[in-house]
Amino acid sequence: MTAPTVTSGTSHATVPNLARDDRARWLHPLAWWAWALGVAVAASMTTNPLLLLGLITCTAVVVDRRRSDAPWARSFGFFLRLALIVVAFRLVAQILFVAPMGTTVLLELPGITLPSWLAGIRLGGTLMLEPALHALYEGLRLAAIIVAVGAASSLASPHRLLKSIPAAVYEVGVSVVVATTFLPQLASDVARIRANRRLRGRTDSGLRGVGGTVMPVLHGAMDRSIALAAAMDSRGYGRSATVSRARSRLTATVFIVGLAAIAIGTYGVLGTGSVATWGAGILITGVVCVVVGVSLAGRRSLRTRYRPNTWHRPDVLTALAGGVVAATFVIASVQDPAGMNPSTSPPLWPTLPVLALIGLGAVLAPAYLTPPPPSVGPATDLDPATVDLAGRDES
Amino acid sequence: MIEFDNVSIRYSPDAPYVVDKVNLTVAEGEFILVVGGTGSGKSTLLGAINGLVPHFTGGVLTGDVRIDGRSTSTNRPRDLADLVGVVPQDPMASFVTDTVEEELAYTMECLGIAPAVMRRRVEETLDLLGLQELRQRPLRTLSGGQRQRAAIGAVLTAHPRVLVLDEPTSALDPGAAEEVLAALHRLVHDLGVTVVLAEHRLERVLQYADRIIALSSPGGPITIGSPADVMSTAPIAPPVVHLGRVAGWSPTPITVRDARRQASTLRQLLVGHVPPVRVVEQSTVAATTDHLEIHYGTTRALRSVSTTLHRGEVIALMGRNGAGKSTMLHSLVGMTKPTGGSIDIAGVQPSDVDGPELIRRVGLVPQEPADLLEAPTVAEECAASDKDAGCDPGRTRALLALLAPEIVDTTHPRDLSEGQRLLLVLSLVLAARPGVICLDEPTRGLDYSTKERLAGVISDLSSAGHTVIVATHDVELAADVASRVIILADGEIVADGSTADVITSSPMFAPQVAKILAPQPWLTVDQVRQALAQDSA
Repeated sequence: MTAPTVTSGTSHATVPNLARDDRARWLHPLAWWAWALGVAVAASMTTNPLLLLGLITCTAVVVDRRRSDAPWARSFGFFLRLALIVVAFRLVAQILFVAPMGTTVLLELPGITLPSWLAGIRLGGTLMLEPALHALYEGLRLAAIIVAVGAASSLASPHRLLKSIPAAVYEVGVSVVVATTFLPQLASDVARIRANRRLRGRTDSGLRGVGGTVMPVLHGAMDRSIALAAAMDSRGYGRSATVSRARSRLTATVFIVGLAAIAIGTYGVLGTGSVATWGAGILITGVVCVVVGVSLAGRRSLRTRYRPNTWHRPDVLTALAGGVVAATFVIASVQDPAGMNPSTSPPLWPTLPVLALIGLGAVLAPAYLTPPPPSVGPATDLDPATVDLAGRDES
Repeated sequence: MIEFDNVSIRYSPDAPYVVDKVNLTVAEGEFILVVGGTGSGKSTLLGAINGLVPHFTGGVLTGDVRIDGRSTSTNRPRDLADLVGVVPQDPMASFVTDTVEEELAYTMECLGIAPAVMRRRVEETLDLLGLQELRQRPLRTLSGGQRQRAAIGAVLTAHPRVLVLDEPTSALDPGAAEEVLAALHRLVHDLGVTVVLAEHRLERVLQYADRIIALSSPGGPITIGSPADVMSTAPIAPPVVHLGRVAGWSPTPITVRDARRQASTLRQLLVGHVPPVRVVEQSTVAATTDHLEIHYGTTRALRSVSTTLHRGEVIALMGRNGAGKSTMLHSLVGMTKPTGGSIDIAGVQPSDVDGPELIRRVGLVPQEPADLLEAPTVAEECAASDKDAGCDPGRTRALLALLAPEIVDTTHPRDLSEGQRLLLVLSLVLAARPGVICLDEPTRGLDYSTKERLAGVISDLSSAGHTVIVATHDVELAADVASRVIILADGEIVADGSTADVITSSPMFAPQVAKILAPQPWLTVDQVRQALAQDSA
């Protein structure tokens, strides 16, 4: 790896027409994940609905501005829907199951109290404002965390993230990615074969219908896996550099010693007094051994990387923005606990801590500090159920 | 470059040989074409070149295969990856990464090539195969021809000395196939790459080949020789060769150009003859579409398609990959609901009905016929079909016996050959006696003899009063069976008329015989043979 400095940052100068915008390039996937992690940490520090809605909105704005037209970028809508469902579920559960507390009556619902052998659970009844608000805030907090994760996974390609993984565990990563690309294909197979059952005049849905699709789907999946494995083999996957016997023995030994030390160390750490101190020492030694083992094993791998991910100023700034978001919210929650967790009993109109507002600004920053992603081509905005039917024409 | 030294292959120690005592030497920079019927051992022979057979597939290989002096007995496929590039039959199933550019780099990454070198080679390969515009595109959104070129590029970046391709043009429209073959031709001539290619559609590839390896049957004798030599006697041959035999030309013409040079006397002989045209009386309407529109999101797959299909017609639906052919067929069987306009088949809109109501009116054999099969034996599959169609028990089996008498009841449908599976599914569809029968790309992967059989079946169906619609890239099939041709482009009908009128007027869709005998309107060798027979009679 003598020339990793040939970076994608300079690539647009030598390769014109890469995208409509000349600055376009992929941000380092870890930068997006760091930013999203910051947002998630910030969300977990507060139940202030204004701040949480602010986090969700700012995240959505960044996604909207920096999302590419690649297939994985379309997952954000799914995460938004999931977040909505979480909030709704939290509210419904509150209304249905939790005993009313508080003083402000919001709604009178018919209710029953289950007999004592069913733990005396109350269903329905008077709905109070205080617990409902509490449930709403909690639901919003979870929703904000979900949206943060969704943002990262639609902004950063999972395959590009894989490139930042050390060589020794790369093989594991590849199998994970192959599995993840395999699943959507399986889903479209199921959709296609179910649609085709119409051609035999079958109208049955439900269990019998499923039974009929299992065989063709599994056969297809099997054939494809075998074809993929054969293709990977003939393209040199799994080639390894020749390593001396002594070297591979050393690697194995370091690995095993490291793992054993981690096991013993963990046991020790859970103890008390000097045992815990010893345990910590052994644990650290174990971790060091495993890291050395991984890097030794990595040398066996011949793999080189095409366009490895690199850090530039926008990437660093994005990661830093995540740090700033998390830090401001953590500090604010210490300085102004009442502002960050507004009272629901009695219900008070939430205030906005100034420090957290700065944090919200930091969430938004990547939308303007980062270059846009390259365009990957015309968006194929097809209904997933019919995509393959239509796509078949092209295959 | 490639040496087969007394190679025999069988898949288990007591099974018959698939490849028996083959001796073969291929020099550097040769373009070798492997021909043979379905199941004649083509894929096995190709797989043996980079050691997938037997390392990956299992089986026993005796003798020795050497590539540039390296034996496959000691080198696994991955160890030969720098030397042999393999492009499998379905490129989509072989893609490992997301985008074109990453796919091109994948083999090099596995081989441990320095990043700076990778960058340069990716650019060179993008240029060589005309993929520059597609570099960032997700592989799933590519068209068939683009996928095939991306798959070739993905192995080329490793600078292999040998390229092995299994039916690279079988799923492509004539234009895309030309593109791929032109790229291969350039590799052979500019870079001296050795190409070994298996293909059923000889009319497309024969002109590029330096030598042909003809396989007769599994374990049977193989013939190796120049295209003219092998083609003068081979039972499997493209129309240009058959025409040469009928006209008694020597040497056997291999390309349209060869044939045209010798064709002037034949054209004179044919003056005064009119090709026998299959005329279908357009009296009974079988189906109509009225300003049919199908949209997927923002994509308009079909735009204002209005047409009338009559009883007894055989309609070839042609056009580029992605022109809307499959969408058209899917809408005819109601799998896709019209966004606008309407379809009428025997009084109903197909998307409004299902079950027996539907399958008695219209049937479709999909591109992957196996998608319809679910039972463990042929007999059970037929019995299930009788039940679905609500017809007398045994009807489907009887139909199958007519179409493919050699199929045995106890066979697993997956063990049938591609062509047999197609005929099995066709008999399932026919059991309900639909008036309109749609076939989606039926000749993909079929050899000449199976194709002839299918052509016979289609003609019989049409004589029995069925309307048959065939979506196909295969111009020879269209010339052979169709009475009418509809050409779609971007979801619109751009040509609709009798076969002779439509396909002879288009250089892309003209069959070989039409190209050779133009301006006379002959389409098939059979027509010429009949006309000559009249003369001598």
